[in-house]
Amino acid sequence: MIDFARNVRVWFAPDEVRQEGRTPDYRFSLANERTFLAWLRTALALIGGGFAVDQFLPDLRWGWRVGLALALLAAGVLCSLRAVNHWVRCERAMRRGEDLPVSRFPALLSLVVAVVAVAMVVVVFIGWEG
Amino acid sequence: MSEAAAAERDPGLQPERTRLAWRRTTLSGTVCAVLAVKTALHGGPTPATLVACALCCALWLGLLSLAHHRIRALTSSDTPAALTSRHATAAVLCTVATAVCGAALVF
Repeated sequence: MIDFARNVRVWFAPDEVRQEGRTPDYRFSLANERTFLAWLRTALALIGGGFAVDQFLPDLRWGWRVGLALALLAAGVLCSLRAVNHWVRCERAMRRGEDLPVSRFPALLSLVVAVVAVAMVVVVFIGWEG
Repeated sequence: MSEAAAAERDPGLQPERTRLAWRRTTLSGTVCAVLAVKTALHGGPTPATLVACALCCALWLGLLSLAHHRIRALTSSDTPAALTSRHATAAVLCTVATAVCGAALVF
């Protein structure tokens, strides 16, 4: 958590990253940037999914619909914040010549997506019966 | 093109791939913005939903302009500078603000 707070400061102060270590090969930085963008697209897809649940499942009970939509929107927010945090950590590790950081987030996100998918199946069946 | 210039270019086309990644991101952002506007205008236009709608459009334009600037930087040189953290944070904040708008709309 303290590391996260320190990283948040770096998000807004680009020079702090620049001062550390050596500038890596520009191609490594670009690869890191593309990874960041891929995570950002994942976040945008989750947010779009939240809007889609709200719009295209009108027969669902209000609680389920809003709950699912908010869960997807929250997952999108988490995913995008984590994207920039991971990008900063990778950038710093490359400058210092350390190993790239590992992360539990991909496993966590896949579990959340799986749970949401199962919930959707259940909800659609219940909605069909009721 | 001379042989020297051809040798200077990165054979892995990294700047081009990064440019296209930004393009794909703006496309995802566009889909998101369209869905947000549809949600906002679903229950008929009221002042609150119109404000949310305008905000989503502004955030979408913000993301587009960020991508535009980065793409310009990527195409202007053969060894482009790394992304600045301010730029990355701005893109993420656009995304987060869209989600917050969405949460307000869904409620």
